[in-house]
Amino acid sequence: MAGKTLYDKLWDSHLVRSEADGTALIYIDRHLVHEVTSPQAYEGLKLAGRKVWRTDSVVATADHNTPTRNWDKGLDGITDKVSRLQVETLDKNIKEFKAKVYFPFLDKRQGIVHVIGPENGATLPGMTVVCGDSHTSTHGAFGALAFGIGTSEVEHVLATQCMVMKKYRNMNVAVEGELGLGVTAKDIALAVIGKIGTAGGTGYAIEFTGSAIRGLSMEGRMTLCNMAIEAGARTGMVAVDDKTIEYCKGRMFSPTGALWGQAAAYWRTLVSDPDAKFDAVVTLRAEDIVPQVTWGTSPEMVTTVDGRVPDPAQETNPVKREGYARALQYMDLKPNTPISEIRIDKVFIGACTNSRIEDIRAAAQVVKGRKVADNVKLAMVVPGSGLVKAQAEQEGLDKVFLEAGFEWREPGCSMCLGMNEDQLSPGERCASTSNRNFEGRQGPGGRTHLVSPAMAAAAAVAGHFVDVRELS
Amino acid sequence: MEKFIRKEGLVAPLDRANVDTDAIIPKQFLKSIKRTGFGPNLFDEWRYLDRGEPDADNSGRPLNRDFVLNRQRFIGATVLLARENFGCGSSREHAPWALLQFGIQTIIAPSFADIFYNNSLKNGLLLIKLDAKIVDQLFRETEANEGYRLAIDLEQQSVTTPGGETFKFDIDPHRKHCMLNGLDDIGLTLGHADEIRAFETKHKTAQPWLFA
Ligand code: SF4
Repeated sequence: MAGKTLYDKLWDSHLVRSEADGTALIYIDRHLVHEVTSPQAYEGLKLAGRKVWRTDSVVATADHNTPTRNWDKGLDGITDKVSRLQVETLDKNIKEFKAKVYFPFLDKRQGIVHVIGPENGATLPGMTVVCGDSHTSTHGAFGALAFGIGTSEVEHVLATQCMVMKKYRNMNVAVEGELGLGVTAKDIALAVIGKIGTAGGTGYAIEFTGSAIRGLSMEGRMTLCNMAIEAGARTGMVAVDDKTIEYCKGRMFSPTGALWGQAAAYWRTLVSDPDAKFDAVVTLRAEDIVPQVTWGTSPEMVTTVDGRVPDPAQETNPVKREGYARALQYMDLKPNTPISEIRIDKVFIGACTNSRIEDIRAAAQVVKGRKVADNVKLAMVVPGSGLVKAQAEQEGLDKVFLEAGFEWREPGCSMCLGMNEDQLSPGERCASTSNRNFEGRQGPGGRTHLVSPAMAAAAAVAGHFVDVRELS
Repeated sequence: MEKFIRKEGLVAPLDRANVDTDAIIPKQFLKSIKRTGFGPNLFDEWRYLDRGEPDADNSGRPLNRDFVLNRQRFIGATVLLARENFGCGSSREHAPWALLQFGIQTIIAPSFADIFYNNSLKNGLLLIKLDAKIVDQLFRETEANEGYRLAIDLEQQSVTTPGGETFKFDIDPHRKHCMLNGLDDIGLTLGHADEIRAFETKHKTAQPWLFA
């Protein structure tokens, strides 16, 4: 019999029951909750007179609607009434329905749900993790089975501690070799999506393997798994190794004492067996990957920083040609323009993709001793959480950014989706470390180019995209 | 979700084909944090002469007196008669919520959009597909007879007119079982609560730190 993949192991160890047609009940260990997708779920519980099955599985925070300035004004700092109501409703719901822990707006551990889970040890290897948010795949970096769910499913998990689902197929995305200087996990993610497309992973659970992945820090692995959903896969994961275990040690909710030893021993088994069989395999050479920049309105519309905007006329597939033309029109770009000639108006360093301490250090390193270019109206850094912000400030990174002309903000989702007032104005072009470049994502009419933190920082000081490897 | 066994109620005829979910509940109401309170905004653009806003008071708004649900003789209707492809468009679950919260318990039409069909049955709103000719007949009888009521028997899968005429309808046995017993997906999963508990105990022994 063939060995098991990591996904097989995680699936099997959480399988409560399965029907003949493959429909299964999967037990959920960790339920991350935020203000946007939970109100109707809690209300559904209330209407049906149901209780939360296991309150100590719930970890909650407010992140999508919270402002990144004026925290001294408290809740009054949330100027949009609808946003404020969502934040207050979460407060109320958590008070009524309870949680293991809640990091509300203004708490020093508050932050983007996908940042606070791991940094507090609320995400651990071997867990099943769900959240009413598609980028829950992030947590797969820990050798966990993590996926985003909808509001009805949030209610279902609250009430039953289970998900109704069918098993996906296994895909191995193997990146072998060593990444060049200035090339990051974000560039791997974009290169993978550029190669397999935004639907390439549909129906699969992706495991990222290979020496280049093992070489990534935990932060880098999170960035990579975060974008699995952008490749169409609801879940992405990386096997457990020393780095995983090292990262988990001593965090707020990590096991301690004898339990730590027992846990760590179990976690080490969370790797695909050498003879495990994958239904699909994609391979990339790390040495071939160079810094990436998206030019269109889907993450698969991506090229290298030394590349050019494609010419739709050269595209033989009519559906793609049409899509390219529409994207270029929206992005206001001409075919064959060198990427390095695209000038930008704003820079956003943040989002659950790239707002961890390592991301902020990487950006600061580029910015240090330089100034934001004159044509850049706003360059801002939004740390992923209060803890990331505090750590960065302790290292003096806030000063580096402020001296260069960046704004240094309070944590949250911010301009990743512009639910608060951090938005692009129509026509504005942004170098962004977020994960989605859809039309209007960062504000109506806004134009998003996805890049790594170092590349965003480089664009901020140059005023246009530039190969970060040439800067340093 | 409420059990649906036998119900009888006043019928209102909505004589339009392809009624989409945007018409059933317009998009501005999706900003709500609630899953209740959609009833007053059901068919908002058709029922009122002005534009509705979420969380606004609807009591003083000018009504479109010609709209079927505003006509005196159909006030209090629980059965909605409709035409082909009812519920097409976006997948918003707010559409069945709005219908149910308005008071509609059953919709009879020749056909329904797929996602809407599933969403409705999951929420306890019974959708009955009847032959277009029969639906036509029901439309005529409803218009001709004030106070026209239909008896809906889910167990027997039948619709009975005041004249005693009975029409049979089809429904997926699984969905029928759920509606008869008031089981939603959560209810179904909770039917396996013992298995979930047994798993939990085993899981706790294997990985105690997850429960610490
Ligand atoms: S940072 Fe962006 S992608 Fe991540 S959870 Fe927030 S809104 Fe979603």
